[in-house]
Amino acid sequence: MKGRFLEQIMLMLGQAPKKPVEITPEAQKIHKMKRLTKDDFEAMKQHVRDHALEKNTWRNRRWTVLILVNILFTFSFWLDIQILEGALTASRFVGFHLIDLNSALQVMLAHKHIIVNLFIGTATVFLLWAALGGRSFCSWVCPYHLVAELFEKLHLKLVAKKLVTDHEFHRGARTVMWVLFSLLAIVTGFTVFETLSPTGILSRALIYGPSLALGWVALLLVFEVVYSRRAWCRYVCPIGLTYGAVGVISPVRVVYDLNHCFHEGDCRKVCLVPHVLEVVIKGRSPDVKVPIGPDCTRCGLCVDTCPSGALKFEVKGLNKLL
Amino acid sequence: MSQETESGPAVPAESDAAAAPRAKKGGAAPRSNARALEARRRFIRTAVMSTGVVGAGLAGYLPVAAQADNPRLRPPGALDENDFLSSCIKCGQCVQVCPVEAIVLGDITDGFGLGVPHIDSRKQACDFSCDAVQCILACPTGSLVYRKPDFLKIRPGAELAHKPVLKAKANDPEPTLNLIERAGLARLSRPEACLATQGKGFKGPARGADFTGQMRYMDVDRWAPIPVADHPYERDLCDLCVTECPIQDAIRLEVTEAADGSKRGIPVVMEQCVGCGVCEMICPVEPTAIVVDSRAVWEGEA
Repeated sequence: MKGRFLEQIMLMLGQAPKKPVEITPEAQKIHKMKRLTKDDFEAMKQHVRDHALEKNTWRNRRWTVLILVNILFTFSFWLDIQILEGALTASRFVGFHLIDLNSALQVMLAHKHIIVNLFIGTATVFLLWAALGGRSFCSWVCPYHLVAELFEKLHLKLVAKKLVTDHEFHRGARTVMWVLFSLLAIVTGFTVFETLSPTGILSRALIYGPSLALGWVALLLVFEVVYSRRAWCRYVCPIGLTYGAVGVISPVRVVYDLNHCFHEGDCRKVCLVPHVLEVVIKGRSPDVKVPIGPDCTRCGLCVDTCPSGALKFEVKGLNKLL
Repeated sequence: MSQETESGPAVPAESDAAAAPRAKKGGAAPRSNARALEARRRFIRTAVMSTGVVGAGLAGYLPVAAQADNPRLRPPGALDENDFLSSCIKCGQCVQVCPVEAIVLGDITDGFGLGVPHIDSRKQACDFSCDAVQCILACPTGSLVYRKPDFLKIRPGAELAHKPVLKAKANDPEPTLNLIERAGLARLSRPEACLATQGKGFKGPARGADFTGQMRYMDVDRWAPIPVADHPYERDLCDLCVTECPIQDAIRLEVTEAADGSKRGIPVVMEQCVGCGVCEMICPVEPTAIVVDSRAVWEGEA
């Protein structure tokens, strides 16, 4: 498990997953046990699968939260209830400043001047998402995530019919673009990424009404449907990397339990960031319990999908209480 | 469902590292070549896609360059154009607090100005019916400010001689608006079309019955703006741009009387003009005879 922390950060930045150098004796025992009794193992697996309930618990919770948050933004303006004023890039929650970390970064780098409210809002949001899981912003709040998730279903249908194929990109692209957009903000003095951000465009469209910019979002969705699965979130969006960095220190995470895993890989099929689930491949788990790395969006699809309960949400230090 | 192995079909083909040791164990060479080929294709694909995304982002500069000569009118207290674009976080909180909904956000056709607030005075001008320049108060990043930070200089002629006195607050203990700079300057762009210069009066709703713009009328309700269409005028010599101007000493009508007793007037913009755009909104001529030039500075009376 040593060095795994740093390795998971490198993974988020685009490095390919590695095989574990060291596997704890307990984990080795389980790995071995799973190889020795193949028939029993298969029978047990079938038994679990037969009794597994099809559930969308976490997905439904997440969609509810995502929709409610975005509706709260919309209604705060439309109905003038003033609870959450502004858009996802910056807002006030009953008067308290909240500022999106990536937008704040772009503005700070471009303008090179930080006023108190900007600092307060950014710090508040940093603490909020450090507590709530970092990239959980992506799957639990970002409106583009939800739209892209729906269009992903269409993409998968077309892939199944062999009408389209998924073209992968190198995940390092996101890191490179994060650096590039930061440099561009510093050099040009413009918040270049904000012009492209489907998160900002969608959030503003929901609050202030539709705009031509939605055409760009539509273009991205078409690209994701016909060419590359979830391309924006996986390979481009610097917001994801910014929140991923915050998630490095977050106590909220999904934890993998080798004991319960039958290595069928269903979780990796539904995952937005399957490289974080490399650990579920047979023989790859370095320990009996392994927390999933910071690039995980805490969407819970794997938790819902796993027929044997090998993936579960955990709050570090609180698991005894829950 | 098959049990997943290291080379299972569900695994995205990015485990290049995992493939290497297998190849050493005598794995088929062509397979490794196929992987290398795929890796190279992926690299090229990635380079093209990244260039496309960054290029699309940079294309946002084109509208900014195109608008440089004719910049959009920004809300009161806005920093200079490029500083404004860089500091604005595109949240629209200024939009939300404006009582007359004068502020609208830029679209993708504004490039880097996407989500950045501006005012289309002809449709709906800022009439300061909020009394306290609420949009400045709402701005979380200091794009709209009462006072610029020291490292940002005020352009010559942008500074007002003194804080503007709001006519509506003339009897209040503090009658001024907390504004140091003007957003622009009004200009009689079509003097030949101006009703006053032709000696004409005006009767009826200023912009027709269908006009959706709103304004605060002190004699109706200080705290609730009403549609301009609901407030018809009757003037012997049109002076709407002067009487409806919310700022003291910003515009006056110079009247000349001919020998036959007929009067003609000409609106003259004065140094206290903040560029709010009410004159442009209220002008009953189509198209308007008076406009606000965004970012224009005071260079003496025209």
